[in-house]
Amino acid sequence: MNSRILHIATNTFREAVRDRVLYNLVAFALLLSGAAVLVGQISIDIERLVVINLGLTAVSLFGIVIAIFIGIGLVSKEIDKRTLYTVLSRPVKRWEFIAGKFFGLAGTLVVNTFLMAIGVFAALAYVSQHFQSSDASVLVALYFIVLQFVVITALALFFSSFSSPLLSAVFTFSLVVIGSFAEDLRGFAKMTHGITRLLATGAAYLVPNFSALNVISQVAHGEAVASPLVVYNTAYALVYATAVLSGAVLIFEHRSLK
Amino acid sequence: MIRSRRVTVAAAGLLFLCMAASAVLLRQVDQVRTAATLQDVLYVSSPKLLKRLSLGYEGLLADVYWTRAVQYFGEKHHAGGGRYELLWPLLNITTQLDPHLIPAYAFGQTFLSARPPNGAGVPEKAIELVEYGIRNNPDDWHLYYDLGFIYYDLKDYGSAADAFLRGSRVPNAHPFLKILAAQMAEHGGDLETARMMWTATYQTTHDKQIRANAAAHLLALQADQDVTELERVVENYRQKTGHLPNSFAEMAAGYLRGVPSDPLGNPYKLTADGHVLLSDPDNLPFVEKGLPPGYVPPAAPKIHPAD
Repeated sequence: MNSRILHIATNTFREAVRDRVLYNLVAFALLLSGAAVLVGQISIDIERLVVINLGLTAVSLFGIVIAIFIGIGLVSKEIDKRTLYTVLSRPVKRWEFIAGKFFGLAGTLVVNTFLMAIGVFAALAYVSQHFQSSDASVLVALYFIVLQFVVITALALFFSSFSSPLLSAVFTFSLVVIGSFAEDLRGFAKMTHGITRLLATGAAYLVPNFSALNVISQVAHGEAVASPLVVYNTAYALVYATAVLSGAVLIFEHRSLK
Repeated sequence: MIRSRRVTVAAAGLLFLCMAASAVLLRQVDQVRTAATLQDVLYVSSPKLLKRLSLGYEGLLADVYWTRAVQYFGEKHHAGGGRYELLWPLLNITTQLDPHLIPAYAFGQTFLSARPPNGAGVPEKAIELVEYGIRNNPDDWHLYYDLGFIYYDLKDYGSAADAFLRGSRVPNAHPFLKILAAQMAEHGGDLETARMMWTATYQTTHDKQIRANAAAHLLALQADQDVTELERVVENYRQKTGHLPNSFAEMAAGYLRGVPSDPLGNPYKLTADGHVLLSDPDNLPFVEKGLPPGYVPPAAPKIHPAD
């Protein structure tokens, strides 16, 4: 990563912290500690299940909200505040600006997820008094959640590069929902024929696939995640995010900022 | 300007390259995920919970589960899995989410009650599903027909006749329900009744898998009838000539017109002890007669798409 991208990324991270994004950690801590104490008291043999399900779902939802709502303003906010012109008047290329913004927000989400992960494991230790070997799968689920954030950040940035914040939020959120049903979408496509099948299959491969990145239920039941899935999901998320960012660069490169 | 064009070309190239790579990777992910996807269904097996989680969009969720049920059965059937443990939960969830999704009941009637490897082999669940459908759609005669068919398959001709009779009283019911009720009461186990039942299914269903299944049953019934008839002709020949024929060609004069063939065009075989066998029974999965001794059907039954 060149120094200009690193500089923009660091500034984006600092700005997110200044915008009190990490305050969500307080809400997360309250939610998880409350749930841990509650299920610890009830004790109906599903303490671990509840803590893992609730913890990972909260990490995912908080992160998705942050990725969308910060991501959609990354470009438009800079235009509104006219800081973009200052940045681009320096020897900073437009693609570097996009890349820097992406890495900045992705970094914010990684830090946020890391802190939340500590919370999840603390709650897990509280309810079950000890860790099990299957808890390693929780780390894999957290890693997959981070991969989801990488894709969502890229999508938010893509829409932000040509659309208003409100529309960007709608588009990104819609793709997150559609992406959660990506496998079913491919299932629908398989049942069609001719040109419809071609179009439906194309659309099904075009939208992001979030269903394979969601293994929360699986790890909550103590099941291991196959290592080929970790490899393919990593490659898929990185390649898909790169494609979306390339789209963002293409649009932003030709956008008139006058 | 040149630098900007270079960035554009590079970004466009990267975009297409990465999208193509993501499609390839997604196929790999799908291959690894096949088993895991089905497991997901079990984690949320409560229709009530799903209904609440759907936030009022249970119709859409029912469609999703219905598609999953059809795909689950289709993929397992194609792979020759033989066991369909998730077919009942999937259909149960589908119909609980949308009790008016009629095709799901017909699908359940056919493939829940059929014995493995052609179905899940749980006729009691099929009855439960269709009875639930009748309670929620009392004016749909197809459901009574489905129910009657399950009882017919169980050889419970009295209950089958009762179901058809109930269906015949529904407004706008198909007139053949009355005929089926009478036929079931008097000639439940006849070959002709079976043919009537499968023909009705073939003609009334819109589901391709159910239609193909009915067509395969009709072909099997034809083969069963052929074998019975041919063995009768062979016996006639033996009684008149005092010995069994060595081949069908020997019977050409006065008994048969050429070498007889099964409904798919494959010639029947005549054994030395006068039995008639199918030369290719794998293609007639529901056939009961003319099977070679010790015949083991294939794990994945060959059911060809119906026209």
